[in-house]
Amino acid sequence: MPEGNALPFTIESFYKFVGERRLMAAKCVECGTLLLPPRPTCVKCSSKDLRWIELLKKGRLITYTVIHTPPVQFQSMAPYVVGIVKLVDGPMLPGMIRNIKPEEVKIDMNLKVDFDATLSSKWPMWPRYFFRPL
Amino acid sequence: MTSKPLATIVSGGLSKFGRLKGKYAREIFMEAAEEAFNRCLNLDPKRDIEALFIGLMGESYERQAHTGPTMVDWMNLLPLPAARIESACASSGVALRYGIYALLSGMHDVVMVGGAEKMTHRTTPEVTEFLAMGADFPFEQWNGITFPGLYALMATAHMHRYGTREEQMAMVAVKNHRNGALNPKAHMRREVTLEQAMSSRVIAWPLKLYDCSLISDGASCLILTRPELAGKFTDTPVHIIGSGQASDAIGIYERSSLTNLAASKKAGREAYKMAGVKPREIDLAEVHDCFTIAEIMAYEDLGLCRPGEGGSLLEEGVTTLEGEIPVNTSGGLKAKGHPVGATGTAQAYEVYLQLTGGAGERQVKGAETGLTHNVGGSGASAVVHIYRRG
Repeated sequence: MPEGNALPFTIESFYKFVGERRLMAAKCVECGTLLLPPRPTCVKCSSKDLRWIELLKKGRLITYTVIHTPPVQFQSMAPYVVGIVKLVDGPMLPGMIRNIKPEEVKIDMNLKVDFDATLSSKWPMWPRYFFRPL
Repeated sequence: MTSKPLATIVSGGLSKFGRLKGKYAREIFMEAAEEAFNRCLNLDPKRDIEALFIGLMGESYERQAHTGPTMVDWMNLLPLPAARIESACASSGVALRYGIYALLSGMHDVVMVGGAEKMTHRTTPEVTEFLAMGADFPFEQWNGITFPGLYALMATAHMHRYGTREEQMAMVAVKNHRNGALNPKAHMRREVTLEQAMSSRVIAWPLKLYDCSLISDGASCLILTRPELAGKFTDTPVHIIGSGQASDAIGIYERSSLTNLAASKKAGREAYKMAGVKPREIDLAEVHDCFTIAEIMAYEDLGLCRPGEGGSLLEEGVTTLEGEIPVNTSGGLKAKGHPVGATGTAQAYEVYLQLTGGAGERQVKGAETGLTHNVGGSGASAVVHIYRRG
């Protein structure tokens, strides 16, 4: 059993793993469905027999946008790129795409997952994952 | 079209939409309520109205929740039972459906439904933050994805999959601003050119300023009764003959498609079936054009055209005021404005005006059947209603 299997299948646990630079999902032991975000019950077969698995930190960009008008807490970063990535393991994950110029971003490009350990000072005090070019 | 109506609209009211400086949401809602009461002199609000369902999205704007009793108090209708219905930008569209539930349950004979939002006193970054609360927090908001950002992700995907162009999106803005210019209550009564729309500043690429609906203040309401009682109140009733609502994953990344809204499709199918009406039999529609791409997806999801053909439908002029199916005759969220909680019943108010011949310069001649389509957030909820002139 991989380490951390004692953690409940919650969003809070997902971000605890992010703090350890690990991208984790819940896997249904019954039918093999990957649950990202993790949930306590399989969305496909309703089984509660789940285990944590570590995902490969790679994927392909499905769609993206460049945010020029950000909410209050992201004002210093604008303009920034966000997108939805289809991970090689299957699930989709939204996130910021850093270390690239907006005009160089292309649909279908390969990206890898990286981590930013900076904790927010206010709730929910989570670290962040983000995407970057390979 | 033989099915019995679900409920009947006997009156409606709409405040001016726009930057209503110095007014509270409750005061703006009174403006809408007074119009509805004045339009229906056979209605004694204190005696006849039995419940209020009101849509309002955010208590952050005015630091005020508990909207139901607040509105009842300001309308001087205490102790009328009331509740706020929240489904992001579909709040009052869903409130309308709750009004129908209340009548169909047999518990009430006459109910008021409506919505309000007061937004313009806040800065754009604040409004951006409050609106984003209608989307997933832990994965979308947390990563800096805004509301325009979510629809921009869908627009990029639509362009990539179907070849939809930025010019086609801008055509939605041009059309709706042209309609809004004819609506005395619209926030922006100004036509825009395709060039102006295309050259406006970028908000979330590919969406520019003129691809986005307006941040507005406003309120709207309707008085509903059971169909058999409508004659007591009015000679010009509008029947609600179909209603559909559906939910979808709160995070768009968990959905099976990024180029349409499954909740819209499901809600539309349900409403058409109940009404016994086919999409192209609709005389006019008010659809949720929170962003121009949203109107294009609405055409496709509501069956006005096939998936991917929304852009062509605009180029053919099918949805202009003179077209086969005029869409957003009010100016839509784009030009009339989008005080989010007020939008659903404001759409129904426009269809009510059109079907009773009261839409003035933007009247669609001979309109008998109308549709409203109200989307919550990035499509996690959608509600569709179909109406027929009484």
